[in-house]
Amino acid sequence: MEPVLKVIDLQVSYYTDAGRATALAGATLSINAVEKLGLVGESGSGKSTMALAMMRMIKPPGRVESGQVIVDGTDLRKLTDEEMLKARLSKIAYIPQGAMNSLNPVMRIGDQMVDAIQAHAINLSQKDFKEHCMQALESVDLKRSVFRMYPHELSGGMKQRVCIAISILLKPKVIICDEPTSALDVVTQRQVMETIDRVQKFIGAAVILIGHDMGLMAQFVDKVAVLYAGRLMEVSSVRLMFTDPKHPYARALISSLPNLENKGVFQSIPGIAPSILRLPSGCPFHPRCAYVMEVCKTEIPELVTLDDGRSVACHLFSGRA
Amino acid sequence: MTTLAIPQPEVIQPGRLTLLFRYLRRNKSLSIGLLLILLLTAFTVFGMLTIDKKHAYPLSVPAKLPPSAQYPLGTDFFGRDLYPAMVVGLWQTALIGVLAGGVGTLIGVVLGFISAYFGGPLDSAIKGICQILTPIPAFLIQVIIAGSLDKRDVTIYTMAFIVVLLSWMGTTLVIRSQVLSMKERQFVSVAKLSGMGDLGVIFIEIMPNLLPFIAASFVGAVFGAVFASFYLAVLGLGPLREPLLGNTIWAAQSQGAFFNSWWWWPIGPAVAMVLILGSLALINMGLDELANPRIRRTE
Amino acid sequence: MADLLELKNVTKIYTRGLLSKTSTTALANFSLKLDDQQPTIVTVAGESGSGKTTLAMLLLGFITASAGQIFYKGQDISQLRGAERMSFRREVQAVFQDPFSVFNPFYTVDHLLTVPITLFKLAKSKTEARDRMYEALTAVGLRPEDVLGRFPHQVSGGQRQRINVARALLLRPKLLVADEPVSMVDASLRSSILETLVGLEKNYGVSIIYITHDLTTAYHISKSIIVLYRGSVMEAGGVDTVIKEPKHPYTRLLVDSIPWPDINRRWGATEIKAKESDQSGDGTGCKFASRCPFVFQPCKDVPPLFRLNEHHATACYLFEKNPLIKSEQLSELLPV
Repeated sequence: MEPVLKVIDLQVSYYTDAGRATALAGATLSINAVEKLGLVGESGSGKSTMALAMMRMIKPPGRVESGQVIVDGTDLRKLTDEEMLKARLSKIAYIPQGAMNSLNPVMRIGDQMVDAIQAHAINLSQKDFKEHCMQALESVDLKRSVFRMYPHELSGGMKQRVCIAISILLKPKVIICDEPTSALDVVTQRQVMETIDRVQKFIGAAVILIGHDMGLMAQFVDKVAVLYAGRLMEVSSVRLMFTDPKHPYARALISSLPNLENKGVFQSIPGIAPSILRLPSGCPFHPRCAYVMEVCKTEIPELVTLDDGRSVACHLFSGRA
Repeated sequence: MTTLAIPQPEVIQPGRLTLLFRYLRRNKSLSIGLLLILLLTAFTVFGMLTIDKKHAYPLSVPAKLPPSAQYPLGTDFFGRDLYPAMVVGLWQTALIGVLAGGVGTLIGVVLGFISAYFGGPLDSAIKGICQILTPIPAFLIQVIIAGSLDKRDVTIYTMAFIVVLLSWMGTTLVIRSQVLSMKERQFVSVAKLSGMGDLGVIFIEIMPNLLPFIAASFVGAVFGAVFASFYLAVLGLGPLREPLLGNTIWAAQSQGAFFNSWWWWPIGPAVAMVLILGSLALINMGLDELANPRIRRTE
Repeated sequence: MADLLELKNVTKIYTRGLLSKTSTTALANFSLKLDDQQPTIVTVAGESGSGKTTLAMLLLGFITASAGQIFYKGQDISQLRGAERMSFRREVQAVFQDPFSVFNPFYTVDHLLTVPITLFKLAKSKTEARDRMYEALTAVGLRPEDVLGRFPHQVSGGQRQRINVARALLLRPKLLVADEPVSMVDASLRSSILETLVGLEKNYGVSIIYITHDLTTAYHISKSIIVLYRGSVMEAGGVDTVIKEPKHPYTRLLVDSIPWPDINRRWGATEIKAKESDQSGDGTGCKFASRCPFVFQPCKDVPPLFRLNEHHATACYLFEKNPLIKSEQLSELLPV
């Protein structure tokens, strides 16, 4: 089965007053339809940058240096601006962080939904448009009456579900959700995540969930990709990531997570993440790594695929130790 | 808990002066405005130190002479040497502007702070007064007051007073709304938790953040004061003996300078006025951008 | 054995509107006692609108209660003046949720630490002040040279929150109100900040009131927990018991929705699901009634606390067979 999304060697830099920063260095991954991928990393690790790069929404001083983003056979980077405009929302949809707070406060929900698909010149009558939007609302478990409401009449969870509804209007192949539940309480969070799950199965899309909450990943995704300082460190199935993480960063991350068994045990990762303006030589994680070797300080490890299907970027597994 | 002694990669922050210059390069109105004001100030200061001030007053030099080497701007009907007259005029305009502008801004800042910080009936009273006084046409009131004063009582300082009377309300309301929003910020709560009293919060926590607004208000107030003194003088309501720029224009016009082809008489003050007001307006626009946090902060 | 803190039937009502006053009860009849000799960490858990922030504001003395009293070391905090008020200020501190907004953008991050040192006279000279700052920053895992002299936007979010905790360390308060201290921090950094908070209690005898909606972290650092919903206590007791065996329908809903980082504990293990509030009812009776799947006739009245065992009680009529416990006795449920 051909993956519905293939990212090959995506590179993004930011040109700032203090120098050139590599926000994303050669990221490569793929997802299949109806699969859920979690993109995990701390702030500044490059996850939002990757999403924006895939959507071709990187603005100066940022620049996508190279790479391919192939959705359903089409390389998005080779499209003209006009074609990319059409591709957004119809092939690949993005729900940005804080989307629910970005709904236009003076427009009704229904008008905003229609507004979102205006640019796509769909040949539907007004009535069918409306019906289509209402069905989208129903699929996220909202009443049809929401169509005529204003954003301030809805709760946080409901607003977020409206954003999900907007993203599925044109049945895209890939939906990217950037921290969709960060401002919501646990109960609403679960509701929203279960909605995304249902909606995904309904339209057969692939979902990329960006976040830093490993717990949420464990509950929701099929595959996890860990980013650190702009590089992919490990890409594994969720089961393997939580039971047997290979990359030292991933291992440290998993063991620092609080769960029901390890009450009172705090295992944090010593040191702090480097600024992407001045990255350490070799592997960016080497200054904080418990298993650091000489080669780690000089050579950047490539992402290699292991026997069990997962990929790791670490010299412990690159055969260069 | 251990801290790893990692050799932190040094992110070299550009120095503050460099950042300032880069900002000025981007904010053209501010830079050009500042440059013009600097030039005007240099001209005035140099002038004040080198001229004979007595020549700025009537009957000091031969009258109605066109510009020459001895009298670079010529002389007027009353026997004033127009070059020293211009210099003294600029100096006096600056005085009125800064005095009236400064006092107006000070009143505005104090009232704005008190109103916003302490709230309650005091706030309603101050806000109410501002809202009532704002729609009153200041120009009209100024003309009436200046016109009804005895000619001998009109000095630079009375002019400044007349101007200040109806110019403080805008600043008050702007500062008030800024303080209102700022006093709810969490760094104010934390300062209180650290033992800071109300006065400390006002002067140490809130005031420094309002400096761009206060600066912008000050420049606006100076602009208003200079402009007001100019139009009042042009109407002949200023201290007539002083070589105020507006006065010169009024005198030139009332003596029919253009009919008599004394073209050099009103030209100096007119150009000077355009430059002063223009530079102040440019600085104001530039500061507006600085004060709007959304636009700046690209460090 | 004096009480460090005592809240006696504290209620806070907010009214809006000039003519037809609509009032919201942010906190209803809340009582709590903390012992002076036994420092502890108590979690006050709830979602937004539960009253937890109101409680924090009341404890810090930023707002006054509509009814009831708050005593610190035996004195009513609304009556404190002068030196006693300063001493209350010094001993009751807070760590807030948003690491960025506690910094005044005009000053460097040092300002956050130098102000309390100066105002509370924590150091007799500039060098001593510097030493104290270095000590506090190192204790939270920061290198002082990396952060001092920098502006808030020049340091990362994790570093900012650590500086906040360093400030609390510097002041050695007796009571620390931590309002969602890690919710805006990356998951990977939460561990170290929480560890510092626990260290404060263990090594310096600081009692902490940990306010959060994240039961995972609550489970990890606190000994007891009080669950609030719309200003009323739903359940309270030892944190182990309440989280492993929640009894109140609301708590069960919360606990079941926790995203445990454990693939063997997935959502949907129990049947309880979220219900949207149906907005009916006049707001009297049990606050959770409109969302509760088990609502029945008695819920029309406000449920009292029913004691389930030594360290566990819940305000739900499903358990009315159990003995009653007055809300003033809430503290008896909390293990130390």
